[in-house]
Amino acid sequence: MSALSIPLPLKAAPEISDWIRFGPGRTVEMLTGRVELGQGNLTALAQMAADELGLAPGDIVITSGNTERTPNEGYTAGSMSVSMGGMALRFAASAARVLILREASLKLNADYRCLSVRDGSILEEGRQTDLDLWDLAAGLDFAVPVMGYAAPLGPDRHTLSSHVLPRRDLPDRIFGTPFIHDFAPDGMVHGRILHPPALGAVLRSLDLTALAARPGVIDVFRDGSVVGILAESFAEVTSATGWAAIRAEWSVPDFPQDGSLRELLASAAGAETVVHETGEVPAEDADAVEVTASRAYLSHGSIGPSAAMAVWRDGRLKIWSHSQGVFQLRNAVARVIGLDIEDVSIEHAPGAGCYGHNGADDAAFDAALLARHATGKPVKVIWSRLDEFRVAPLGAAMMTSARAHLDETGTLTSAAVLVTSPPHANRPDMAGAPNLVTATRLANPIPLARSADLPLPQGGADRNAVPAYTIPNLRVAKKLVHDLPYRTSSLRGLGAHLNIFAIEMLMEKCAAATGEDPAAFRLRHIEDPRARAVIETAMSEGRALREDLEPGTEGCGLGFGRYKNAGAYAAVLARVKVDEGVSVSHVHAVVDSGEVVNRDGALNQIEGGILQAMSWTLKEEVKLAGPLVATETWLDYPILKFSEVPEVSVSLIDRPDMPPLGCAEAMQGPVAAAIGSALFNALGIQVCELPLTRDRIMAAALA
Amino acid sequence: MADQQGTDGMTITLNGRQTAVSGHDSLPLLHVLREVLGLKGTRFGCGQGTCGACTVIVDGKAVTSCDLPLEAVRGKRIETVECLTAAGATHPLAEAVLACQAAQCGYCLPGILMAAKALLDREPDAPDARIREALDDNLCRCGAHLRILRAVRLASETMTAAKDR
Repeated sequence: MSALSIPLPLKAAPEISDWIRFGPGRTVEMLTGRVELGQGNLTALAQMAADELGLAPGDIVITSGNTERTPNEGYTAGSMSVSMGGMALRFAASAARVLILREASLKLNADYRCLSVRDGSILEEGRQTDLDLWDLAAGLDFAVPVMGYAAPLGPDRHTLSSHVLPRRDLPDRIFGTPFIHDFAPDGMVHGRILHPPALGAVLRSLDLTALAARPGVIDVFRDGSVVGILAESFAEVTSATGWAAIRAEWSVPDFPQDGSLRELLASAAGAETVVHETGEVPAEDADAVEVTASRAYLSHGSIGPSAAMAVWRDGRLKIWSHSQGVFQLRNAVARVIGLDIEDVSIEHAPGAGCYGHNGADDAAFDAALLARHATGKPVKVIWSRLDEFRVAPLGAAMMTSARAHLDETGTLTSAAVLVTSPPHANRPDMAGAPNLVTATRLANPIPLARSADLPLPQGGADRNAVPAYTIPNLRVAKKLVHDLPYRTSSLRGLGAHLNIFAIEMLMEKCAAATGEDPAAFRLRHIEDPRARAVIETAMSEGRALREDLEPGTEGCGLGFGRYKNAGAYAAVLARVKVDEGVSVSHVHAVVDSGEVVNRDGALNQIEGGILQAMSWTLKEEVKLAGPLVATETWLDYPILKFSEVPEVSVSLIDRPDMPPLGCAEAMQGPVAAAIGSALFNALGIQVCELPLTRDRIMAAALA
Repeated sequence: MADQQGTDGMTITLNGRQTAVSGHDSLPLLHVLREVLGLKGTRFGCGQGTCGACTVIVDGKAVTSCDLPLEAVRGKRIETVECLTAAGATHPLAEAVLACQAAQCGYCLPGILMAAKALLDREPDAPDARIREALDDNLCRCGAHLRILRAVRLASETMTAAKDR
C-alpha cells in the first residue's frame, strides 16, 4: 500500500496497545470493538493481524466487544468489519511488528530490512535467530501511536489473507453451547418483561398478587406500564409471562388504518428533502419513464430470540448481550437507570444470526431492569417469538418512485428519485435518546427518538437512492415518515434493498422503451470499469441462465448495484419461472469487493445475502392491524424454505491490491432487482410492489 | 422446580443410554433436555413447533421438542445433536458440516442436523429432492441452505460408501 490513509477506528483508539497485546505465553491478544454476529468476521480479522505479525491464526486470542477492554468502534454494521475494523488491526499489528523488528535489529546488530517474523520467531535473512516476538515485546512500550510506525505488508507478503481458513467459532456454534441462551451460572434466575401489544400502550390492570403466586415465580414488580417477572426456571417464567399476557388489560392508542401500505406511507410522509442534485430535472411530463416500487415492513427473524444476562452487584451492573454496539448500549442503559457509565459494563456474547438492530439491545435493558430486583443474582432473559415479531424494531416499509427522461438517441438525460420511508436508524444512544423500548413505558418514561435517519453518503432510507449510472441531470429526495405506530430501525442494507430495486426497474423499463438489451443499456450508462467488469462478467458467465427460456413463463434478468455507491460491486442474474407464484431456479452473482481476506467467508456472506434477499423479495411482509403488528408467529411470516432454494453460483473478482470493501450487505438490492427484471422478462409486465407474491403478480397483470 | 406433578420413574433412552427423567408430564421435552438434563445442544427457537431449531429424533422420526410433552416420550428412544459428536464416534454429518463450513450463526444447525440424520438413517443415499423435503420444516435465516445441502449430500456419500464396504 503506498499512501497510508488512516483507518477510521484508529482516531478513537490511536495506540498499538489499544489493539494488540503480547501474551499470555506464546499468544497475542487482538482487541477489537467489532463483534461476531455469526458471519465469521473475527476469523478474517485474526487472519489480518496474524499476517502482519508472522503468526499462525491460532496464536491470536480474540477479545471482542467489551466495554472494559476493547476499543469503541461503534456498531458492528454496514459491512465495515473488514474494511474498517480489519484495516485498523492490520495497521496496529504492522506497527507492533515494526517496533519489535527495530528492537531486534539493535539486539542482533543487523540491518532492519533483513529481518522478518515467522511463527513468532525473528528471522535474519530467512535464518532463525534466538529472538522471538514475546522476548522483544516484553521490553517495549506499545502505548505509542499506530500511525507513527504502521507499515502494512504488501499483498504479495500476505500468507493468510486471501486464503480459505475455517471459521474458528463454528464448531462451538453448531455443537457447543456458546449462546447467551445457554448461560447458567450458579444462582441464575430467569426473567421476562411483559411486553404490550403495541407501542405506546398503557397498562390498565393486572393482578400482580395472583401473578406472584404462579408456579416458580420468585418476584414480580411494576414500574409504570412495565411489569417484570422473575422465576426459577425458563419454563416457569415463560408460563407466568403467558398467564400475565392474557390477563393484562392495556389501553392501546387508536390508529385507524384501512388503506394500502403505499397510502399509509404517503399519508404520514413529512416534508421532502433534496439529498442530491446535479443539473436540472424537468417537471413531470407524459414522456417520462416512471416506476414506483414499494416493500412491506420486514422482520429480522433471527432463529434464536433476543437474549441477555445481567447481574447487579455492589452498585455495578454487568450485562452480557449480543448487541451490535456494546458501548452505545452501555450509554443508553446507564442513562435510563441513572448510573455512571463507569458502573455499567457490557460484554458481547453470541446470539443467533443478526442482520441489524433487532431486539438484542432491548432484551439487554430488560435484563438490567430485572437484575435490579434479583438481589445480586444473575438474571437471564430470553424473548418470546411473539416479542421478536411485535416488539423488536422492524425493517422499514418503503416506497421509492423513480422517473427518467431519454433523448432521441435513447440516452438518459435526467432522473428523479423520491424515497418515502420511516427512518432506518434508531439504535441505542442515537439522536440523544436511549431508544430502548421498555424505557418508553417506565413511570419516568424516555420516548424513542424522532430519528433523523442517516445522511448520505452512506444514507439511511436514501441509501443507494442516487443511481450509480451516468445521468447528467439528477434529483434525489426523501420524505421521512414519522408517527406511524410501528417501530423501525436498521435492517441489513437499509434503503439499498428497495432503492436499487426501484432504480434497476427504471433501467429495465427505459431499456424496453428504447428496444435495447437491458445489460447493454446499463453499460451505455456506466463508466466505472469495476462496475462494467461485474456486469460484463455476469453476462458472459451466466449465459446458460438465459438459454431455453419458456416464453411467457420463464425469464432471466439482471440486477446491478454498488453498495452505498462506495462498497462492493455486485451484478446478479436470476432465472425465474412463473406458475403458481414466482420460483427462482438459478442465481449467478459476480462480486468485486476489493481485497478478499477470507474467500470462503466472503462466499458464505454472499450466498447468505442472496438467499435472504430472495426471501425478502418473494415472501416477506409483516402484517399490520390498526396500531398492532399482527404478525405473531412464523406461520404469519413465511421465509425461504429449503425446497425453494435455487442453484446459486458466485464469482469473486479478487483485487488483492485494492482496499477490502465488505460484502455482507451488497446483495440485497441487486438480487431483488434481478428477480424483478427476470419477472419482467418472463411476463412483459413489471411488478414493483414487494413481496412478489402470486396475488401481486395477478393484480399487476390485470391492471 | 416448584409445584410439580412428577412423572415418577419415567425412563427414556437418550443417545443410546437409559436415562431416568423427572418433571411435570406436560413439560416440553426441550426444557427437560436443556434445563433438567443439561443437554443444551438442542436450541430454543419459537416454542411453537414452527422453526425446527429444537428438532430431535424420537424413535427414528425427526420431531420438534419444544411442543412435545415429556409424557409423550415415555420409554422412547431419543437422539439429540450431542449424539453426533459423542466421544470417539464423530458422525459423518458432523464432519461434513464443518468441512463444508455449512453455517453462519449456527443456531439452527442442531435441529437441521437431526432432521438430516433421521432421513439418512432410513435412506443413506437419499436423492437431493428427498433431502430438501426432509429439511423443509427447518428454518435458516442466515441463508446457509446451499452449504447445508452440500454437507448433507457429503455425509450421505460417506454413509453410503461405508454401507457398501
